[in-house]
Amino acid sequence: MKLLTHNLLSSHVRGVGPRGFPLRLQATEVRISPVEFNPDFVARMIPKVEWAALLEAADTLHLVEVPKEPIQGYEHDERFLRKMHHVLLEVDVLEGTLQCPESGRLFPISRGIPNMLLSDEETET
Amino acid sequence: MASRGQRPEHSGPPELFYDKKEARKYVRNSRMIDVQTKMAGRALELLCLPEGQPCYLLDIGCGSGLSGDYLSDEGHYWVGIDISPAMLDAALDRDTEGDLLLGDMGQGIPFKPGSFDGCISISAVQWLCSANKKSDIPAKRLYCFFSALYSVLVHGARAVLQLYPENSEQLELITTQATKAGFTGGVVVDYPNSARAKKFYLCLFSGPSTFIPMAQNEANEEEEARESTFTVESLSGSSVAETPRRK
Repeated sequence: MKLLTHNLLSSHVRGVGPRGFPLRLQATEVRISPVEFNPDFVARMIPKVEWAALLEAADTLHLVEVPKEPIQGYEHDERFLRKMHHVLLEVDVLEGTLQCPESGRLFPISRGIPNMLLSDEETET
Repeated sequence: MASRGQRPEHSGPPELFYDKKEARKYVRNSRMIDVQTKMAGRALELLCLPEGQPCYLLDIGCGSGLSGDYLSDEGHYWVGIDISPAMLDAALDRDTEGDLLLGDMGQGIPFKPGSFDGCISISAVQWLCSANKKSDIPAKRLYCFFSALYSVLVHGARAVLQLYPENSEQLELITTQATKAGFTGGVVVDYPNSARAKKFYLCLFSGPSTFIPMAQNEANEEEEARESTFTVESLSGSSVAETPRRK
């Protein structure tokens, strides 16, 4: 699971709504996988990023050189975009958990795949 | 796909149908791979994304990642959701580029509002029409899926869902729930006169409605079909027949 995905994931446990974000990340195995740099894509994702959640996740994973916020003219700043590219797309959480901040429910991550299956009681109906 | 004429959806839940043996077909069977890839290509075409722009897309029922690979080849980034662990294992083995989630689309889509620039789905949504647990009510699961989909799409974004409706009642059940969730759009039926090649694409718009794309027919792959018409069923229920427009 990449940090871009984590930054957009939100708990869909019944009754939780917007308080289901961000999922608290714990990781026991992380892999850095090189991904081809596409500045256009990174620049387009910047407005979607929730910075507090990103910084918290980056801190949990002990990542360094993570920008604290978008800088002026970021669309054309290659250095900034490359750093964001690395954080959002090249850090892969293989084993760990995601916790719903409202319900406390844990979603396990195994082989890089979060298990988001809910029980009948947890499903919004 | 179906054995002895039985629809897979009647044999049980998808996570059991798509076991290791079935998953292997998606990895090994070249005809299956070809069909899935073609449908992914058509769905992406119908998505009408802005030219040359890499987008962040959702692949519902991503399975072994065949459709996702197509999205990657076109320069897009994607997240796939599937209910079958065996199919996701196959996707891992194939080293797909998108992130994968194990999940049930009938339970919703666990993403923030406005996360995705678009959504495709290949051969998956009709599974929501079967009640596999006593507690399953297809209309509720369909509504849960469509309302979540509406939310996670960027406003004005589209979803193109290729599916195999069992009959017109099932298609109507699906489109009714999509409309209830706020979508506009219609069904594009490719090759309507061929039992073998006929394909349904539910094209949904989450913002102001735009044109319905032209359906494909045997006659118009190279040139415009002259005498054949195609049917576009609008979500309001009335059937609209239009003559093919010039490309």
